[in-house]
Amino acid sequence: MFCDDCKQKPATVHLTQMVNGKKFDVHLCTECAAKKGFLLFDQDKKFSIPNFLGSFLGGGFNLQDMHSLAHNSRCNNCGMVFSDIKQTGKLGCSQCYQAFDNELEPTLRRIHGNSRHVGKIPLRGGQKLFLKKEMDELKAQLQQTIKEENYEQAAEIRDQIKILEKVINEEGSK
Amino acid sequence: MSENDLLNGNFVAWMDAKEGKESDIVISSRIRLARNLQDISFPYFMNAEKAQQSMQEISEAWRQSDNGLLSSLKLLSFNEISAWDRQILVEKHLISPEHGVAEDANRGLLVSEDGSIAIMINEEDHLRIQVVLPGLQLEKCHELAQIVDDELEKRLDFAFNEQRGYLTSCPTNVGTGMRASVMLHLPGIAISGQRSRIFQNIHQLGMAVRGLYGEGTEIIGNYVQLSNQITLGQSENEIITNLGIITRQMVEQEKILRKSLQQDMRYQLEDRVGRAYGILTHARVINSNEALTLLSDVRLGMDLGIIQGISPYLINQLVVAIKPAHLQKRSGGEMEAFMRDVKRAEVIKEILFKSKQSEVELGKEE
Repeated sequence: MFCDDCKQKPATVHLTQMVNGKKFDVHLCTECAAKKGFLLFDQDKKFSIPNFLGSFLGGGFNLQDMHSLAHNSRCNNCGMVFSDIKQTGKLGCSQCYQAFDNELEPTLRRIHGNSRHVGKIPLRGGQKLFLKKEMDELKAQLQQTIKEENYEQAAEIRDQIKILEKVINEEGSK
Repeated sequence: MSENDLLNGNFVAWMDAKEGKESDIVISSRIRLARNLQDISFPYFMNAEKAQQSMQEISEAWRQSDNGLLSSLKLLSFNEISAWDRQILVEKHLISPEHGVAEDANRGLLVSEDGSIAIMINEEDHLRIQVVLPGLQLEKCHELAQIVDDELEKRLDFAFNEQRGYLTSCPTNVGTGMRASVMLHLPGIAISGQRSRIFQNIHQLGMAVRGLYGEGTEIIGNYVQLSNQITLGQSENEIITNLGIITRQMVEQEKILRKSLQQDMRYQLEDRVGRAYGILTHARVINSNEALTLLSDVRLGMDLGIIQGISPYLINQLVVAIKPAHLQKRSGGEMEAFMRDVKRAEVIKEILFKSKQSEVELGKEE
């Protein structure tokens, strides 16, 4: 059997993945598996759960190390850098999810077979998110109308923003 | 009952087998939700001050709630209870082993009198809302967990984003933050040598198989914990439905194998159960693994009607009562391993004999 990816070398890594309840079999050669980050275990390193999770996050794998060094992203809220996370397998704070959004995307796919939440939305927090989204949209519209020098409409949108701001402040103080 | 009973007695709600469905095979069902406060770093990285703040915000949200379910909970602050008592809580499955050993005054537990609701504070996540009930009752657990979650969310800002869902310290929990699990007793599958084949299939379905105390524990006494691995991209209901389907399949398999054991190996089976009962009721020194293995045989004998007069509740109780912290609590002091083995034999004898010895009949001829 040849590697699914390069179709040249013999497949030595055989994986079964579940994505959205469907089963996929993947057969790869060692090199292609390493490129995709499926080779998790560095033989020299001691196996431990944080190591294991870290390797899910791309640790123990040189190509990705170099990749993240080039970016060297940092969470502005807690100061965590991505290499820390790879070591511990734990994120520092809720804002790390945004700070390392790109780095986490493939990791989440590998762990869950998905990267988008479809479950529960918090009642109150969900309402806030909804309002915030609406605010972002209004602000974008405002920029657009100003650009188009449509000041009459811009004034209307500005009033809407003021009302929404009031609502958000009231929500926040509840 | 009070929180004192949770620390001093043997009883927790999940042991009450007559309350749940399929409780001869499904010991308990559990739903756990991981939640974090938006503005405080995850517990792994917070300092003492932040830990205290998290503890305060959570306990304040609980105190202010007028929901009956919430106000029935008691707060156990870890600076008020001993490491020993925390171990008792671990053995009763009310807190995780990690939560039990951590020397951190700003950790705690909000717990209902019967232990069916237990909220760990400042474990790996700021909140771990857990509901455990006897038998197969995942939906009911889910319903209660959601009430607690909604009620706390009225006063707490949970870390959440639209794309990734509930944000958790470890990316393996992000999304729903939900871990649904069932504790199964599967002696039939074990005796018939089918275990590794069946477990392999379960892994392929995105479920994890673990031992009695969850992550990193081995399978002893044929107790197996099944849980979902995926928390992102599946709704809470999907997770529960999937686990329910797999659990029912396991229950079916187990029943078929138990039946064929009874038909094809009746004498061997009765012999095994009888010997287990004999050793448990007459041993003077017994270690934990041996006791759990034999209790599994006795439980199987009880489920199949080979032994009468012992209730599943009693066995569930025994499985916890013979753990180190419970044994030491009972004898009122620290004990070395050998003395625990002696005490364990005494406790088993005492509890098994309490179950109306006269009704225990072995190997009745038909």
